[in-house]
Amino acid sequence: MSWTRKVLRVNLSTGSVSEEPLNMQWANEYLGQRGLATRYLVDEIDPACDALGPDNKFIMTTGPLTGTSASTGGRYSCVTKSPLTGTVACSNSGGHFGAELKFAGWDMVIFEGKAASPVYLNIEDNVASLLPADDLWGKSVWEADKLIRQKHQDPQIRIACVGRSAEEGNLYAAVVNDLHRAAGRSGVGTVMASKNLKAVVVRGTQGLAGLQDPKRFTEVVKAGKQVLADNPVTGQGLPTYGTQVLMNVINEVGALPTRNMRETQFEGAAEVSGEAMHEPRKSDGKPNLTTNGACFSCTIACGRISTIDRTHFSVKDKPEYWINSGGLEYEAAWALGPDTGVDDIDALTYVNFLCNEDGMDPISLGSTVAAAMELFEEGVITTEQTGGMELKFGSAEALCWAAEVTARGEGFGKDLGLGSKRLCEKYGRPELSMTVKGQEFPAYDPRGIQGMGLAYATANRGACHLRGYTVASEILGIPEKTDPLESAGKAGLVKAFQDATAAVDSAGLCVFTTFAWTMDDIAPQVDAACEGDWSTERMMEVGERIWNLEKDFNQRAGITGADDTLPQRLLKESANSGPAQGKVSELDQMLPEYYQLRGYSADGSMTDETRQRFGLPA
Amino acid sequence: MQKSLHIDPGKCTGCNQCETACSMENEGMVNPAKSRIKVFNFHDEGRFVPYTCTQCDEAWCMHACPVDAIVLNPANGSKDVLDDVCVGCKVCTIACPFGTINYNTSTGKVVKCDLCGGDPACADACPTQAITYVDANATGLDKMRAWAAKTDNAAGA
Repeated sequence: MSWTRKVLRVNLSTGSVSEEPLNMQWANEYLGQRGLATRYLVDEIDPACDALGPDNKFIMTTGPLTGTSASTGGRYSCVTKSPLTGTVACSNSGGHFGAELKFAGWDMVIFEGKAASPVYLNIEDNVASLLPADDLWGKSVWEADKLIRQKHQDPQIRIACVGRSAEEGNLYAAVVNDLHRAAGRSGVGTVMASKNLKAVVVRGTQGLAGLQDPKRFTEVVKAGKQVLADNPVTGQGLPTYGTQVLMNVINEVGALPTRNMRETQFEGAAEVSGEAMHEPRKSDGKPNLTTNGACFSCTIACGRISTIDRTHFSVKDKPEYWINSGGLEYEAAWALGPDTGVDDIDALTYVNFLCNEDGMDPISLGSTVAAAMELFEEGVITTEQTGGMELKFGSAEALCWAAEVTARGEGFGKDLGLGSKRLCEKYGRPELSMTVKGQEFPAYDPRGIQGMGLAYATANRGACHLRGYTVASEILGIPEKTDPLESAGKAGLVKAFQDATAAVDSAGLCVFTTFAWTMDDIAPQVDAACEGDWSTERMMEVGERIWNLEKDFNQRAGITGADDTLPQRLLKESANSGPAQGKVSELDQMLPEYYQLRGYSADGSMTDETRQRFGLPA
Repeated sequence: MQKSLHIDPGKCTGCNQCETACSMENEGMVNPAKSRIKVFNFHDEGRFVPYTCTQCDEAWCMHACPVDAIVLNPANGSKDVLDDVCVGCKVCTIACPFGTINYNTSTGKVVKCDLCGGDPACADACPTQAITYVDANATGLDKMRAWAAKTDNAAGA
């Protein structure tokens, strides 16, 4: 098996908690995690519902390899309808929470309705109960974590929690587990808080028995670990520099979006790079990076454990931040750094701590602050709105202030909590929002990496690098090198990455393994763990089915092919420096072929034929 | 040659591969809650420390056991629990100063590391060599080598 075959259903309106069997027919079609939970969501909610209303549901879900010894087998996702984008949302997180949920005996937890007053769910193996959380409401993730631990007196519990930003309705609030791992994107934390659900606490001692073929599983897992260890990216680059290994690389290829994507190279990139995190600082001789840390079962260990310079202005009077905690990863460092023009690594690390402490997506926060800075430079936003703060590109003080007020939902922080799209609309300049379907861009400029333009435009949760990471091919040459400035041939590449990623996510593995693993490395691990025949071909078919299921959800939510586009800036204003100088995103060259490969109509609509081909619900 | 488990916390990333491997080997399932080796995360300090039985020569657990259920395995020096003798009195868990022998509620016996009979699964699974199984007479060899490498003998002068 490897699924526990048990679903925990929690009705927050009535307070009832019940167990039901996992739908194994759906597991065969959608594998687990992202795919399987989306199948439940499609069945149980109206895609057009209010994402923050009681009719939306919120699912925490594991994959069949979550909680196994397969490297990176510890992922869980939060699946729901996004309040930021109106699309299906699936935000993936590592840490140890997902594996613990599995060890308690559950494949997924489905939350429905809304509690009358704040509650948290406590799971001890088979027993789950809703407990009052009035004393936790209004507290940050870090404070709530401490209070829950004091109450339960069990050091081995794992906690996933929302912070004050989510409670205040910030539309890109994250669910944070294990203090600094997060289901970060699309506002899944906002949905959790809208249900008056503060936290989920889990302790699992039952373990995971019943692997389909334990001996073969041990063998293929060992072989897979060796492939990761021998690969230069997963064996050396990621452990040493984390995903921050990319900062200088992406800047050099001219695809580092800078100052709200006005430019494509940042003069301060080296100051905020993975290499810079290793440099001893003047004040105490210690580097920003203390060590690398791993999520459950992960043999790559790209996680950063960092400290902030105690003499830095952001924390010099705040000893509570003189600790080690989750440090900068590439997307966060980019959004908080190059995109706001700030080259102060301690300011970035401080804001990253705040994002974990109060559960905010650092990509969306950084991008939204960047849009606000451009609005400020344009004179649309003034010190009147900011209470005197000069919200200028490059100002570390402004960035830290913006993060503080947004974390607590205070003053102008309320505006920043709207996200870039709604902020720019509110101030009458929608063209300054660097978003797709309302979600902020990550750290690769589609003018310099053409495939990413198509990947962003078509991603089912809005602009996202984790839905089709063609950077691997276009920049790193994995599995084979393609020209980043060339749009021809990218439609097929994007589709292949999108389908493969959907399958990897749904297995419960981390997408970073695919720097080294192909589906031929992954399928045998799923096959040895799970009943049934899980070949490479079947995994790819399942991945494509999942993609189309998500697409169909969006279509029923009213999202059309017209939403598969990019901001005019990326389509009309060419890159002004570097290898991509003079280039715009050639989205219109790629989109028709992509729709054709997907089996969609020319206007980007899902067709009955494609629905039937993948056995999607009618 | 007798071997010993050697732990270098500075290399540990907290991935828990040792706990999954230990529980697979000894419980037949992945279940970190039943692992004989545990990784501790000292979050604020940014440290991960794996910890398990060090197989004391004058083992407190072995001497404390009233029914002689804990015996020396002469082949690898481990102190092994004889399940059919153990009465689950837990006196050994009180005697052990390190907390590395524990009671298992599902079997009614105590469990501790037995070095997997001479081929410890945790060391095999560890991706960073934070846990190794090395010559018991020279567990410090790697540290010695590292310091030796830093010693200036003016060879380059």
